[in-house]
Formats: sequence, structure tokens, C-alpha cells
Amino acid sequence: MTKVEILGIELKNPVIAASGTFGFGREFDEYFPIEKLGGISTKGLTLNKRDGNKGIRIYETPSGLMNSIGLQNPGVMGFIKDELPFMEKKDTIILANLGGSTLDDYLEAIELLNETSIHFIELNISCPNVKEGGMAFGIKCNTAFEVVKEAKKISKKPMIVKLSPNAENIKDMAYTCVEAGAHGLSLVNTFNALAIDIYKRKPIFENVRAGLSGPCIKPIALRMVHEVSKVVNVPIIGIGGIVNAEDAIEFIMAGATAIQVGSGNFIKPDLSIDIIRGIEDFMNKEGIKSLEEIRGII
Amino acid sequence: MKDSYRDGIIYSNIEISPDIYEIVLEGDFRGVPGQFYMVRGWNTLDPFLPRPISIADIENGRLKLLYEIRGRGTHIISKLKKGDILSVLGPLGNGFDLKKEGKIALITGGIGIAPMLFLAKNLAGEIHIYSGFRKNAYFLDQIRPYIKSLNIATEDGSVGHKGFVTELFNPSEYDFVYTCGPTSMMEAVMNICKDNVPVFVSMESRMACGIGACLGCTVKTIRGMERVCKEGPVFKGEEVMLND
Repeated sequence: MTKVEILGIELKNPVIAASGTFGFGREFDEYFPIEKLGGISTKGLTLNKRDGNKGIRIYETPSGLMNSIGLQNPGVMGFIKDELPFMEKKDTIILANLGGSTLDDYLEAIELLNETSIHFIELNISCPNVKEGGMAFGIKCNTAFEVVKEAKKISKKPMIVKLSPNAENIKDMAYTCVEAGAHGLSLVNTFNALAIDIYKRKPIFENVRAGLSGPCIKPIALRMVHEVSKVVNVPIIGIGGIVNAEDAIEFIMAGATAIQVGSGNFIKPDLSIDIIRGIEDFMNKEGIKSLEEIRGII
Repeated sequence: MKDSYRDGIIYSNIEISPDIYEIVLEGDFRGVPGQFYMVRGWNTLDPFLPRPISIADIENGRLKLLYEIRGRGTHIISKLKKGDILSVLGPLGNGFDLKKEGKIALITGGIGIAPMLFLAKNLAGEIHIYSGFRKNAYFLDQIRPYIKSLNIATEDGSVGHKGFVTELFNPSEYDFVYTCGPTSMMEAVMNICKDNVPVFVSMESRMACGIGACLGCTVKTIRGMERVCKEGPVFKGEEVMLND
């Protein structure tokens, strides 16, 4: 009943674990069978292994948190060798979230991922925590166009482009990415934000700015999904502070085909299970047979 | 499958020193010294994250946690009363090596005293404790029955030695050292012990998930980046690079 389809690939439900909050699923699989999820977006991958950022990486804010992890990851080859075999055994859809600091890095990594069993590439042009890393591509339309167009040329996988809410204009950015060949869009990544330690008279984070996520950004993320759904004709995955079924359904009504749960995974490891059940309950109560009936009705 | 967050019914929650609380939960809790629980004392989205708190003791299934009021989360927890609910996830992480014997020093700074009662009760060796505090000493009366000697330092000299606890300690007298406290203190302990005596350090870090997924609490080790919540919080001193 809750199943949805994205670019011909069926997800058993619209709930996907968001990149960077769920690792590769291993830790969460100790708390619930992760194959109950519609899909999993991997920890953000880069061509080469990265140790991530120094200093404080997590900072709580009212109804949310800021992070500056800095794309700590095993590199695409490390992912393929050590993490993908575990994920493949689970009956769920895999989105390989891919970031990069140069166009060549993206392209080389896509060639490696082409030969694997992953279902989607989620092209991350929106990570705010790495210098030149991703977000540089996600702010201005012309740079985004270039990277998406080149990535599309060589990708054998359906490509979902993950948008930054820090883009100069989210509608123009969405439209540009689709023009460049994006098969789908996911939005939003974290908001560029700042916190200051007033006693040390210094920024909390070594990189000064960090990415804000959680329920505090939800209304803005929802507005962006709604706006984008009006200007593009490709599937949209809604992301931003979703912590319960009501939030998820709002995003679907705003135009999303599926949704991702990110920071909410920190409230409790099995939060996504509650969200899936809550969506089922809502559908039963409202007599909804398919989520398509309510998608984009706003 | 492991349990997700579950309700712990509060048996007691008392302030044992200014801003230092001891909370005891009813139940059948498990865990080893050095492990921790993620706790949540509210049903709202604000504060957003649970708080990591190390196990102070487990007796007849009752879980004791010692915590310091550091911010809004711990402030809310401090106001909870007997019969209220504290939501907990755990036990998490890897605890101290309990197989070591001989003469063992436990060196603590401030709230780093928290895991030492449970540790002292479960270590076979001859235990000497060195505890540093800013001003008030606390929790030591509970630990006293399990140790051979107690050495206290306070920064203002109100109790014990005036100065740092590391000034009281001679590493050549010991076979093993276990330490928990502020990073700067643990660094000093590691420097003193270097090439003399093996040290086990229990790291503190800001955490989001507590289960090893978010990589918010990583520390650099000789093996690469490791997670305080998963591979830690206890590390061998020679393996962890606190400055990097």
C-alpha cells in the first residue's frame, strides 16, 4: 500500500534514511531490520577516503543541530569493498550519495559506481562542510549545470541530484539541474549556519560555518520542495527535519514522491519504523489506497 | 535485536554536590564499567539530542548515573523526581579492560569520577585513586570501600592538595593507569605515563546518535579515525592522538 516508484524502481515505502545520519546501515540494523526501509542513502562518499574535519563536529541548537563532519568516509573503493556487500544482502534500495571537490573526482567515482549493484546515484552538490566540496557546485546554476551534465553523460545509474538550500535561487537551481540531465532531485541538504562560543570569543566550529538540520528547518525545506515541484517534472525526494508521519505526509502533499529521515534518526534509532507505521495508519484512516492520490495536491 | 530507547523509572535523583547529581533508575540494566547510556528526559523536540552519560554503578539491576549540569538537557534531567521517566538507550560502547591486575591508579578530573566506582568494584588489583576537582570533592565516599588509598586535589585548595591531581601521582609506582576527565588532564596523564606505565583513557565527546553512525564523536588513533561511542569510549593511551 505504501509502495512508491522512482524512475521505474519500486520502494516498498517512501521512507529513506538520509545520507550522513545512517552510516551504511550496519549500526541501525542492530536495532531494527533495515530492509523495512524504502531505501538507504549512504554516508556521503568521495573518490578518495577522507578523515573529516577537526574540532567540534556536532552542536545542538533549538529543535535541531549543526554539524561539521566533513565527509569522513572510506572512499568509493572502500565502500564497494567493505560496505556495499553488507547493504546488498538487505532487501532495500541503495542510493550512493556522492560528493566531490573537482569534476574529475565526481566522474571517476561514477565510473566505479556504474559497475556496482547500487540503484541510484545521489549526486551531492550541496555539502557545506568541505572546502570546494560539493556546495561550491550547488550555489550557482552555471557550475551546477556543468557538473550534472558531465556526470549524466557517463552515469549508467539513475541520477538524483541533492540540492543545497543555500543555492542562490532554489527554483532556478532545480530547473537547471533537470535541464542538465538530472533524473530526479532530493532536497534539502543542511542550511549554512553559524554558532559562537561567547566566552572563548570564537566560532564553535573550526570551519566557522556548519550545516543546520532538524525540525527547525522543516517549514523552509517544505516550502522549497513545494516551489521546486511546481517548476520541474521529475521525481522529488523531500528532506528536512522530518520526525513523524505527519511531517512525511506534508512533504508528499507538497510534491515529494519519497522522503528522507536524517537528524530524526538521532532521536531514536527506529524512528523511521514509527514513521512508516504512521503513514500506513494515516492512509487507512483517510481511505487512501496509493500515495499518488495525495502527492503534490498542494 | 537490541532495544531502542526504553523507559527507566526514576528511583532517586539527588544533588550530591553543587550542580552534580546522582540519578538511580529501577530496572534490569546491564553494562560494564566504562560503558555509557544515551538518555532523554523530555518528550519534546527541544532539546533535540539525547545526552551520553557514563554508567556510575549497576546494583541489582538498578542503574546509577552521575552527571553534571552542563546545559539545558542536564538541567531538565536534574528536575526529574522519583517515579518520573528517563528514556535510555544502552549500554553503549566498550568499557575498561577488567583483566588487569597489580597496582592500579585511577586518575580523574571533575565529573570524570563517574565511571570509577563501578570500575573499582570490578577490578581485581590494588587500587589507588587520584581525583582532582575545581572546588568541591564528591562521590568519593562511595568509592572508598573499594580502594587502598585516596588522593584528592582541588584547584582552590579547599580539599586535599592545592593544584592539579597529576602533581600527586608517581607513575613508576603503578602497573596500570585508568583515567577519565577533561582532555587537557588526560593529556597530562598520558605524558607523565609515557614509556613508564600503560594508560587507559575514557574519552568524552559531543554525540548525536551514540551508536556509531553519525561520526560526530570521532577521535584520531593510530588505526585511523575511530568513534568514541563505538570503538571507545575507552582507548589505550598509546593509541589515541588527542592533539590531532
